[in-house]
Amino acid sequence: MNVLSEWAFIGVFFVLAPVLPALPIAIGGILSPRKPNAIKQATYECGVETVGDTWVQFKVQYYIYGLVFLIFDVEMVFLFPWALAYGQLDFFAFGAGLLFIFLLTDALIYTWRKDALEWA
Amino acid sequence: MDRTIGTLIKIAVPIVIGVVVILILNSITSASCLNDFEGCLVDGGMDTDLAGLIAISLGVVLVATFPLLVTILLIWIERKFAARIQDRIGPNRVGPIGLVQPLADVVKLLGKEDITPAGADKWLYNASPVMMVMSVLLIWAVMPLTPYHYGIDLEIGILYFIAVASIGTLAVIMAGWSSNNKYALLGAFRVVAQLISYEVPLALALLVPVMLAGSMSMVGIVEAQAGMWFLFSAPIAAFLFFISSQAETGRAPFDLLEAESELVAGYNIEYSGMKFAMFFAGEFMHVFTNGVLMAVIFTGGWYGPFAREAPLLAFTYLMLKSGFWYLLSLLMRNALPRVRIDQLMTFNWKFLVPLSIANLLMTAFLLKLVQEGGLAPSPEEASDFIANIPQTVVLFLGNVALAAFVMTLIRNQGREERLAEDAGEPSDLTVTPAPAGD
Repeated sequence: MNVLSEWAFIGVFFVLAPVLPALPIAIGGILSPRKPNAIKQATYECGVETVGDTWVQFKVQYYIYGLVFLIFDVEMVFLFPWALAYGQLDFFAFGAGLLFIFLLTDALIYTWRKDALEWA
Repeated sequence: MDRTIGTLIKIAVPIVIGVVVILILNSITSASCLNDFEGCLVDGGMDTDLAGLIAISLGVVLVATFPLLVTILLIWIERKFAARIQDRIGPNRVGPIGLVQPLADVVKLLGKEDITPAGADKWLYNASPVMMVMSVLLIWAVMPLTPYHYGIDLEIGILYFIAVASIGTLAVIMAGWSSNNKYALLGAFRVVAQLISYEVPLALALLVPVMLAGSMSMVGIVEAQAGMWFLFSAPIAAFLFFISSQAETGRAPFDLLEAESELVAGYNIEYSGMKFAMFFAGEFMHVFTNGVLMAVIFTGGWYGPFAREAPLLAFTYLMLKSGFWYLLSLLMRNALPRVRIDQLMTFNWKFLVPLSIANLLMTAFLLKLVQEGGLAPSPEEASDFIANIPQTVVLFLGNVALAAFVMTLIRNQGREERLAEDAGEPSDLTVTPAPAGD
């Protein structure tokens, strides 16, 4: 099987995969009663009316975690080819990979020291 | 004496029947039209491209329906298991030993009114339950079920798995954001922080089997375990993968997304009816999928005696192995208390991530030594058990040494904290009571 038809399978999968969960939701939509009213559709908040806008700026903490995650995720993309070709690597390529991992460990230690990993 | 014979018959008869059924099914599945559906259509006079598309679509439907059907059974297993642990009986009314209970639940949920909150962002709100299930379903495209039956053997199977699994994170933030509810949004923020954090050790742990197998395709990884399971040559990687995939499903002890006591229900609070059910279908399926992934990546997938001759037997092996990991995660869910959000993040960033990096470095170093020292099995004898022993022993000892080192570090750290606590300093782990009159 050539590469294109391999990805054709994934393509068809991406098209069909949403259909399977959407089907029961659609059937439920047909079968279930529909009697909306203002109180029923109000935002749920333990019996009191919600105050202010929900879509506001949120804590910067999440952003920092997001940044650290991003660094590691990009690192992974570079490390997978290295791990894949591991058996055929010569000493230089092996050392380069190790150096790369050490640099990222250094970044982790830096974030740790800066207390960016503390949940506050 | 009579009783012994009776017991023997009781054990032997199901085994014999099972073997016969497997043999019959095996001969059916090896019939030509089932094995080469596409060729069959072309022989019947159909256009080649159309036949290919039909064959692919049929394959997709088969691969995607299987986990959905299994989920129906899983709900029953899960409830029964939780009930036994909590000294209850569990579902036992609908059908024999409550087996039809999940179907009854589905019927009930179909009749529930679907409420969309007034301030919701309709598009995202409706799309997110679908995406939740989709993210798990897509993983099954690369899952090798038997030596001959799998969706597709992508050369970058592991990378594909990491990519599609993170769609789940998107679904969660979409659900929490679009509901326009403060609890939902808080829950979603927490979950996203949790999910992206635990993705780091997950992917770092997966680098080790890729290194050992020299392949990123799922089929390649299973075949690389013909001689020895990776569980023995990379136990720490298996541990890291198991823990972080448990956290990725967002279940106890990592179920901060639905911390009932703090967030009411978390990101799915505004959902009802079938959409709500889809979040849980996705979750149940995710747990089982993680079990199958553990089986495929670390415990040899479908490998077992006579697996190549009888695909159905191979499938049984895979299901038994994944069933083991699945039950282990159920046990974890039911036996452990929930952690706090700061403990969760500390556990990930200050324990799992450094450990996974250390594990990666250790394995890389030892594997290079093994390969240069000629201890590694040659490609011809890779499927030989004996030839794999030297490499496995070296790697296993490396893992044990690393684990011992880390445990000593943790023990010393804990001792210091206890001493500090005795001296009156509040430590990270003690809860300071809230000031009175709040």
